[in-house]
Amino acid sequence: MQILAQIAFILALAIGIGIFVRNIRRMIRNINLGREIDRNDNPGERWGKMAKIALGQYKMVRRPVSGIIHVIVYLGFIIINIEVLEIIIDGIFGTHRIFAFAGVTYGFLIGAFEILALLVLVGVIIFWIRRNVLNIYRFRARELTSWPKNDANYILYFEMVLMTLFLVMNAADYQLQLNGANHYAMVGGEIAGAFPVSGWLLPLFDGLTDSTLIIIERTAWWLHILGILFFLNYLYYSKHLHILLAFPNVYFSKIKPKAEFDNIDAVTKEVKLMMDPDADPFATPAETEAEGEEGEPEKFGASDVFDLNRVQLLNAYTCTECGRCTDQCPANNTGKLLSPRKIMMDTRDRLEEVGANINKNGKFVDDGKQLLDDYILREELWACTTCQMCIEACPVGIDPLSIIVEMRRYLMMEQSAGPADLNNAMTNIENNGAPWPYNQMDRLNWANEN
Amino acid sequence: MAENIQVPTMAQFMAEGKAPEVLFWVGCMGSFDDRAKKVTKAFVRLLNRANVEFAVLGTEESCTGDPAKRAGNEFLYQMQAAGNIEVLNGYEIKKIVTTCPHCFNIMKNEYPGLGGNFEVMHHTTFLKSLLDEGRLTVEGGKFKGKRITFHDPCYLGRGNDIYEAPRDLLRKLEVELVEMKRCKKDAMCCGAGGAQMFKEPEPGKEDVNVARTEQAMEVKPEVIAAGCPFCNTMMTDGVKAKDQEKNIEVMDVAEMIANAEDL
Repeated sequence: MQILAQIAFILALAIGIGIFVRNIRRMIRNINLGREIDRNDNPGERWGKMAKIALGQYKMVRRPVSGIIHVIVYLGFIIINIEVLEIIIDGIFGTHRIFAFAGVTYGFLIGAFEILALLVLVGVIIFWIRRNVLNIYRFRARELTSWPKNDANYILYFEMVLMTLFLVMNAADYQLQLNGANHYAMVGGEIAGAFPVSGWLLPLFDGLTDSTLIIIERTAWWLHILGILFFLNYLYYSKHLHILLAFPNVYFSKIKPKAEFDNIDAVTKEVKLMMDPDADPFATPAETEAEGEEGEPEKFGASDVFDLNRVQLLNAYTCTECGRCTDQCPANNTGKLLSPRKIMMDTRDRLEEVGANINKNGKFVDDGKQLLDDYILREELWACTTCQMCIEACPVGIDPLSIIVEMRRYLMMEQSAGPADLNNAMTNIENNGAPWPYNQMDRLNWANEN
Repeated sequence: MAENIQVPTMAQFMAEGKAPEVLFWVGCMGSFDDRAKKVTKAFVRLLNRANVEFAVLGTEESCTGDPAKRAGNEFLYQMQAAGNIEVLNGYEIKKIVTTCPHCFNIMKNEYPGLGGNFEVMHHTTFLKSLLDEGRLTVEGGKFKGKRITFHDPCYLGRGNDIYEAPRDLLRKLEVELVEMKRCKKDAMCCGAGGAQMFKEPEPGKEDVNVARTEQAMEVKPEVIAAGCPFCNTMMTDGVKAKDQEKNIEVMDVAEMIANAEDL
């Protein structure tokens, strides 16, 4: 019987981790559909930023209520995972609380886990109330309906159930130890662990036999670990992926000044060619070869996920849809269609659609869709003031602005599809060096005016 | 008041075989916009007063390409940049000061990749350095004790992490500096960035500049201090839209310093 349970456990563990690894590999494959970008400069600064923002939750607490509760849930999640290690070892070897030899230290740890579990439970309930009862704009915005809304709640329910199972498991275990039950009680009658929270649940078990208690303990134990394995695999389909990706995402985030946009090298080459009086306009073959990888002229800007870079695609998978960006976006604040959060959600949805297409066909087969227009509307793109508030607000270093600008580049340079009044300004800059139709020769007139 | 301001050009310096201490990049707004021209002149008066040997490019100056770049027209931006860099390098310019955070950002951060390497300063930082060196003195004058709030320009503040230089200048004016709820890193845009200045806004429930002006009004300022010609225009329009012209002035920090002592 015991050996069967061990085999079942190892199987569940292998399947759970196996599917997870498959999904992560698919995700990496999808991210690699994007253009290469070098973000390996300044490793020291990048590690530091990751320690401060991802590990240290520095930006989370800029909003104290959600920030502090998040820190509690985050710490609880990380620390309680030490207990999962013990559960896995016990599951594989059929042992009972393998780390119990640590005595007082073990008691302290289990006690701390219990208190954290309770705090997480309370925190998650507050999160649920914020999301579903309080009227908080970023949780009821246009893009946060249907799946995104449900996804957020599922995560909260999951955490509530997992924490409850953890405490029930501990309570039943504690009672069994007190009863001196075989396999549970330690030699010498000491208690393995300390149960400051689950101890309060003991009255619920009054009058139950050891065998009933074992069923309760085993059921809670199994549901808890299977729940964790299920949750692990839920991540890939959920906004909750941020618990893993926040770290690489912050590492690879932009460390240059926020207002500094990249220069497109292919454009630099063309401009140099245009300004070079010795250039032979008919010597095209060598030039085109230098521009595109397969001799094709490089496409300017982005109309689909393939045109975005890998950090931008990683950003899309990392976004946990908290909406802090949208909450502070001047365009969104004034009722425009643009929401930086939606830019990230759309990018991920389109990338997942492309990924599913590849899973099905072996390679990407044109589906007649693209990120532009089918997901992100031009009206959204043109509403952006490039104020960089979205980058500043993001607690995990996502840069929605870079995607907006990349798509504007496509509209302006590949499609000449800018708003008419904007095009007038561009023409003026081109003709007379200012966005308005003033003569460049009048540029110093102010010095002589009163 | 036909004050005598001295505005030498680079060409004049070149002809005399001299080099200025700093090039003042006036920018399109500073050159052509009636409101921004006042800021330009106020800044020149301060430069004159501090005996800074500066020059402007005058008719050799052209748009930096910022609106083009933010709008996505990389090609036009790089054409503008290439032209400007050629002129600046031709004059062997080392140091540039500008009253426009957009010109400041693009020349400081984006021109180097195209061969334009200059020390670029926003005018508030430059004025602060003049103060620190004792070349310029600032006293409260008519702004002493007045309630002032500073509206951070995106491309100076969040974009380049410069928050204190303009505030230090205001403190020197002995004003009562009050901060809006959204300030510094969290400051809300005036609505003009990203080439929005040159197009109609998308449909929405309110204009960004009006929303920002409402935020400023919450702290009841007598003056909204600005550090960007675009912000200046947007906030001025916002104040008008809220019928507050009689109660609230919108002024550039340089203007305030110059006006404090009726320069």
